[in-house]
Amino acid sequence: MSAPTTTHVKPGMGAPGTVREHHEHHELSFLRKYIFSTDHKVIGIQFLFTGLTFFVVGGLMAMAIRWQLAWPWTKMPVIGGILFPNTGEAITPEFYTMLFTMHGTLMIFFVIIPLLTGAFGNFLIPLMIGAPDMAFPRLNMFGYWAMIPAIACIVMSFMNPGGGPAAGWTAYPPLSTIETAAPGSLSAQTYWLLALTWIGVSSMMGAINYVTTIVKMRAPGMTMMRMPLVIWALFIAALLQLFALPVLTAASIMQILDRTLHTGFFTPTNLVVNQMNPEMVGAAAGGQPLLWQHLFWFYSHPAVYVMVVPAMGMASDILATHARKPLFGYKPMVYSLASIAGLGFIVWGHHMFTSGMNPALGMTFMVSTIIIALPSAIKVFNWLGTLWGARIRLTTPMLNALGFVAMFIVGGLSGIWMAATPVDIYIHDTYIIVAHFHYIVFGGSVFAIFASIYHWFPKMFGRMMNETLGKIHFVGSFIFTNCVFYMMHQLGMAGLMRRTAMPYDYETYAHLQPLNQFISISAFCLFAWQIIFVFNFFHSLWWGKRVGRNPWQGCSLEWEAPSPPGHGNFDHQIEVYRGPYEYASPEVEEDYLPQAKKLS
Amino acid sequence: MRLIATLLFAALLVFGIWSFVDSETFLLGPMPDGYSWWWPEYTSTFGGDIDFLFTFISWLILVFFVGTMGALIMFVFKYSKKREGKAVFSHGNHKLEMIWTGIPAALLLIIAFMQMTTWADIKFAGATAGKQLFAEVFASQFDWRFRYPGIDGRFGTADDIESVYEFVVPVDEDIVFNLRSHDVLHSFFVPVLRLKQDAVPGMTIPVWFNSMEEGTFDLICAELCGWGHYKMAGRITVVSRAEFDQWIVDKTAEKYSNGQENQ
Ligand SMILES: [Cu+2]
Ligand SMILES: [Cu+2]
Repeated sequence: MSAPTTTHVKPGMGAPGTVREHHEHHELSFLRKYIFSTDHKVIGIQFLFTGLTFFVVGGLMAMAIRWQLAWPWTKMPVIGGILFPNTGEAITPEFYTMLFTMHGTLMIFFVIIPLLTGAFGNFLIPLMIGAPDMAFPRLNMFGYWAMIPAIACIVMSFMNPGGGPAAGWTAYPPLSTIETAAPGSLSAQTYWLLALTWIGVSSMMGAINYVTTIVKMRAPGMTMMRMPLVIWALFIAALLQLFALPVLTAASIMQILDRTLHTGFFTPTNLVVNQMNPEMVGAAAGGQPLLWQHLFWFYSHPAVYVMVVPAMGMASDILATHARKPLFGYKPMVYSLASIAGLGFIVWGHHMFTSGMNPALGMTFMVSTIIIALPSAIKVFNWLGTLWGARIRLTTPMLNALGFVAMFIVGGLSGIWMAATPVDIYIHDTYIIVAHFHYIVFGGSVFAIFASIYHWFPKMFGRMMNETLGKIHFVGSFIFTNCVFYMMHQLGMAGLMRRTAMPYDYETYAHLQPLNQFISISAFCLFAWQIIFVFNFFHSLWWGKRVGRNPWQGCSLEWEAPSPPGHGNFDHQIEVYRGPYEYASPEVEEDYLPQAKKLS
Repeated sequence: MRLIATLLFAALLVFGIWSFVDSETFLLGPMPDGYSWWWPEYTSTFGGDIDFLFTFISWLILVFFVGTMGALIMFVFKYSKKREGKAVFSHGNHKLEMIWTGIPAALLLIIAFMQMTTWADIKFAGATAGKQLFAEVFASQFDWRFRYPGIDGRFGTADDIESVYEFVVPVDEDIVFNLRSHDVLHSFFVPVLRLKQDAVPGMTIPVWFNSMEEGTFDLICAELCGWGHYKMAGRITVVSRAEFDQWIVDKTAEKYSNGQENQ
């Protein structure tokens, strides 16, 4: 079921132009092969399984949130008795706070980022640039194993007796730093911060590896401008991580110090929280709550792009492959990715328009935020350009990639509302924001992840996923996703605030319960529909149709390797002669001309 | 599959257009009186500018939504048909790239510039500088408190009036108040006034609005502030100047009579 095979591997490629001597290839023990492996493919698959597992957990939390919003404070069927034996089997306000905090945290730090960069970054980078492995295989293994303390910490945080972390995934102080502000959390918030720090370590190891590998390990002939877009995207995402992560790590440690040693980086003077002045118990003060917001968003805005840029790359590759047509505007696509990354570092203040930050500063952030809409627009137009005049094969990966484009259009356009500062006064922290980022991260990134799993599954495991089941899965997922998230715009128009456990007591929101029930029912259907995917995934793992090297007739290098590729990836010398998207090339009879195919 | 995929994306397009053009009955049938699937009616002086901007951007979004989704649907329908021969062998088009970079860039710059004055009017320090302070507003877990200067018009004197939950203000006047918090972050949000401002411990933030209509409106905390965040409600009561003056007098009288009883 897993990547390495027993095929005897011939010399792979070393640094460009050199061929490494063939080392004696001894059988690795099960433990070294599947658990403590330094093989980038195994590590990628480990990230894949970890990410998908947490996807289920995070999804269950979303279901609980939806239950509360549709039928607040009512008995939760089936599991209510186990979870809330003391409160009439219903959710409590404290538990609701913990639910959306953990839902956000898990989905961002334990699902989307590990799946995009951890799973596909690891699996695809060496294969698609023609390298035998990552530049630093051991560091790579450490990158995955740094997830384990992160998981341990987040479980500790979650299982904390008084209640979990209660400050949202953004962890704004003083709510997150002053213990009396959220009495139930106790040490949960500290564990939460430690988990984030460990996730940061994991991402950092990955990012160092990706950048080094892409810069130093490309096969002969693989110039930067011949790299598939997904590799460009992963490269840029890794650079984003490299420059932004240290800031989050520093900020988390400052918050940990505030919580444990009462350093007061984020604690202003004369706080009285819950009739308690922290200074009375020796806490330092004179800090600034806004400082955390600046530091946090300095990381987390680029992180938003870490969550979508690789998805854009994957979609580009999958669209071109299944449209049987070269990607439209390769260079503009690369430049737009690069400008998203560059501009991504100067837009963080758009999360703080109403925070009390100097409004003049808000205006400059508004301008940079408006400008960053442009590269996204360019990408959409080029994807459409790719489809024009194509010979589209409506395979499951293609359907999901098209779904990605459709939903990215919706999410991208609604972002323009948010960039307009006066409009943001009204819609900030409402469900319009929730709708927007779910269209980007669920409609966008998750559909790109589905597309990628269907597309590269044959390479990972040497077997096809079932196409019929895949199509059924796509159609239902697309319908329910839109039923859930499109309608959230309407909630936001009515001014409904996010993170509100029971909104209907307000006159302004009293009429929104039927709409919330509709959304919740759609969300339950969406969740249940994923059973089809899970079944298809595991069934195909063992009983899927076996495939050869290149089931989709793709042009890029991963299709040159056996499916699944052995240790060292390639069993023959790889040399690159052209760009990655030579579909429909007039030079050959078939409708694709692989990168590594030498024409006489 | 070709037909299903086309219909699926077409459904999203129809759904989207429907949500824009018919905000009265969209999807769930007619709304209760006074409600719609669009923003609630505004009552503040700057509400019109904000709503205009929102509507303007919305129409722009709709145009691009219809254009891009329309193209997607058309291409999926047209080019997924099984046919002989290869796809068009094209790596892009420089002129097209210039067009679809230039036009959105120009539109985005227009959006950027047309909002600047509105933003400055609402939030810049100049909007409140030198104006008389109407009240001080304190947010804390989980209630709102409003302090008025009382009959002598000065804060910090014995006749200051405090109101919990209810913020009474006169209609058609610029109301300038200082927003504070002494525990965690909160946010002062009144949907109909199109007003939202975080209350940050350690900071005193001047805020202003001018309500053009009388009535009572929800004041909602818009920033997560703990387990009771959802019930941190307040109310803004907008009355005529005469009623407001009378309310101050009544409150003052109430305060002193209570004081005597306590002694
Ligand atoms: Cu952002
Ligand atoms: Cu609050």
